[in-house]
Amino acid sequence: MNFDDTPQEAEFRATARAWIGANAPKQYEDELRKSSLGRTQLKNANILDVAKAWQKKKADAGWACLHWPKEYGGRGSSPIERVIWQQEEGPFGQLSRMFIIGHGMCGPTMMAFAREEHKRAYLPPLASGEKVWCQLFSEPAGGSDVAGLRTRAEKDGDDWVINGQKIWTSGAHYSDYGILLTRTDPTVPKHKGLTMFFLDMKSPGVEVRPIKQASGASDFNEVYFTNVRIPDHQRLGEVGDGWNVSLTTLMNERSAIGAAVSTGFPELFEYCSSLMLDGGPAIEDRAVRAKLANWAVKASGLKYTSMRAISALSKGERPGPENSIGKLVAGSMIQDVATYALDLQGAGGVVSGENAELAGRFQAMLLRAPGTRVEGGTDEIMRNIIAERVLGLPGDIRVDKDVPFNKIPTKGRG
Amino acid sequence: MNFDFSDDQKQLRDQARKFLTEKCSPKAVRAVLDGKAPYDKELWKGLAEMGFLGVAIPEDFGGAGAGHLELCVIAEEMGRANAPVPFSSTVYLAAEALLIAGNEAQKKKWLPAIASGEAIGTLALFEGKGNPSPKTIKLTAANGVLNGVKKPVADGAIADFAVVAARTGSSGRDGDISLFVVDLKDGGVEVKSLTNLDPTRGQAEITFRDCKAEPLGAAGEGWSILTQVLDRAAVLCAFEQVGGSDRALEMGRDYALDRIAFGRQIGSFQAVKHMLADMYVSATLARSNSYYGAWALSTNAAELPEAAAAARISATQAFQHCAKNNIQVHGGMGFTWEFDCHMYYRRANAMALGLGSLSYWEDQLIDRMRKKNAA
Ligand SMILES: Cc1cc2nc3c(=O)[nH]c(=O)nc-3n(C[C@H](O)[C@H](O)[C@H](O)COP(=O)(O)OP(=O)(O)OC[C@H]3O[C@@H](n4cnc5c(N)ncnc54)[C@H](O)[C@@H]3O)c2cc1C
Repeated sequence: MNFDDTPQEAEFRATARAWIGANAPKQYEDELRKSSLGRTQLKNANILDVAKAWQKKKADAGWACLHWPKEYGGRGSSPIERVIWQQEEGPFGQLSRMFIIGHGMCGPTMMAFAREEHKRAYLPPLASGEKVWCQLFSEPAGGSDVAGLRTRAEKDGDDWVINGQKIWTSGAHYSDYGILLTRTDPTVPKHKGLTMFFLDMKSPGVEVRPIKQASGASDFNEVYFTNVRIPDHQRLGEVGDGWNVSLTTLMNERSAIGAAVSTGFPELFEYCSSLMLDGGPAIEDRAVRAKLANWAVKASGLKYTSMRAISALSKGERPGPENSIGKLVAGSMIQDVATYALDLQGAGGVVSGENAELAGRFQAMLLRAPGTRVEGGTDEIMRNIIAERVLGLPGDIRVDKDVPFNKIPTKGRG
Repeated sequence: MNFDFSDDQKQLRDQARKFLTEKCSPKAVRAVLDGKAPYDKELWKGLAEMGFLGVAIPEDFGGAGAGHLELCVIAEEMGRANAPVPFSSTVYLAAEALLIAGNEAQKKKWLPAIASGEAIGTLALFEGKGNPSPKTIKLTAANGVLNGVKKPVADGAIADFAVVAARTGSSGRDGDISLFVVDLKDGGVEVKSLTNLDPTRGQAEITFRDCKAEPLGAAGEGWSILTQVLDRAAVLCAFEQVGGSDRALEMGRDYALDRIAFGRQIGSFQAVKHMLADMYVSATLARSNSYYGAWALSTNAAELPEAAAAARISATQAFQHCAKNNIQVHGGMGFTWEFDCHMYYRRANAMALGLGSLSYWEDQLIDRMRKKNAA
């Protein structure tokens, strides 16, 4: 067991540090450092522009998507080098959140299923942030039960014609491409009739309508498809095999473990260190300490769990479903941390925005947190994954498993 | 960076698990639980023969000289097996105190005897309720003799020697406390067994009356040595707790697959699945925190105090969580003496108190984090 860098790792760290020191957009460092979940905004600049510029600079110097192969725009780095990079990149890493769906989910799916010429054409501009990608899976009738989706793809010559609606699509409003899960055969059970594609979001018939979120921001969208044509060569995997392709996407999300999950703990600790309560500094209060300690060990537990996973990865072992715990723990923790930070502010905690304590950092966190527990699989789905795939407990009873999709009774918003 | 045990260490774990599965069955644990013996002597002898008692004791003092990572590996297996032996008191507390502060003669006298299984040791720190603190120590040392009462003393009724915390000053500072080694077989000591939450590891009250004692470490250094001993023991106990959490989770999982209600395995009910998933989550967080503690312990890193407190809190929570929900998964069966669930429940709750309760470790963790942030 060893936490020290090997000589090669130390050399990599030094090189990365020097390059970041010379090239990072330092003028935003302070703002990025003080941002937290729900509050990555820059006062005097468009964050997407800044993020794209930083990503492009990294790509030109060979620092983008480190673990991707060089021919697809990466660096061919080891998982540990990727972690070292993240540690050195520090607050500037916040900027890559804009690309997380493309880099974490769409890219690896393309790598696994796209034709070679497509990989070489589409992946480098994805790595460099010049092109942004989104993931078009969820639908009004297919969220947790994603295999219940209804968007149709019908073959017409060498093309497929798409009709239907997606929802909650993050970043669709500024995306150039997307991966799209569709139903190609409604006469077979739901998991068997799906097919995956990638498409140009500017294709005729694609309409993106931003949704205003509970937090007030608009990061996700509805996407409507009316007779959108996708050439067959943009199909990912076999016809009818879309479920397996989507599982690969989700598996890859797990190996994006290096990406440190946000827990809100460092923010809360810093806050309690400076906050004065009636009796003195908050951090000297017994009750505050007990809460902090409880969250501290969750945050460190997550950190070292991901280090264990990275060690396994670097030995060639595959990250398993056990990595589902990151989002599960962090999601409700960040919500609880934000609630508690506001509790410490008392009646004043109700004020949000620029005039609030710490310019509304915890208020923004509170309002964004519910989404974290839903996106990428709800807490309940995460617990199911752990129970079934890690602990080997029986799957939920599925009454629609062997029924042709078009015979499944429907009711509700679908 | 490599955040895992080595292949050799994993082999040691397999060896220890195999040994304990054979020699420390639930039936063997029950013999002690039911009061048939104060501890499992056969098992203790076997552990000595396997070299497990002296795994972290240097070869010069009769140990295997392997190191603390290896001891962590053994500790996890001891916790899994719920071993009814004075392992933590002897190996984590007494031996570590000697390793940190003992002089050559003291180490020569006691460490080989620990490694060979001939001597059981303990730490006599507490005097009634409360967390570790210099303020609570009333027992005095003067002119080479001790006077006062210690309780609870883990495994005190079967120990051959004790490291005793005594008051040697009245300045009101940490420097008032000094440590002593007492051969409990010499005169001046009266030992009384106490019933306790977990009979598989005994507790005692020890009264010292003009009892001869040898200083351990420099006078006035007692509290600083004790803090180091507690930190190390916190990591080692965390591994026992992780082992116990894993076993409790495994028992719950197996029962959920086995038991049928409403025509289905109870493990197919989501409320039960999610309860077990949550047990897995807390056990995993505790394991990861403990690995960090193990690294800090084995390298004596500056991070040890913080890592130890985090491991302690996380592992205490996980073991209590897994042990109590294991009973819940088992339903009425889980609440019977016949089922093994309560043995882990007892152990989890006793271990949660033995090195000072959560509030002590929460305080330590926050203080240590503040220091680090200030630096
Ligand atoms: C901020 C945000 C960003 C998102 N970005 C994207 C994106 O970019 N692309 C994309 O495709 N999707 C995206 N989503 C959609 C997201 O994946 C879904 O919202 C999520 O999978 C839940 O589906 P649902 O909203 O239909 O909820 P439902 O599935 O209707 O769930 C409602 C409730 O029922 C529970 N439930 C459902 N099934 C079960 C079950 N089997 N067992 C127990 N409980 C169950 C859920 O846990 C939840 O509590 C995003 C969502 C959010 C909030």
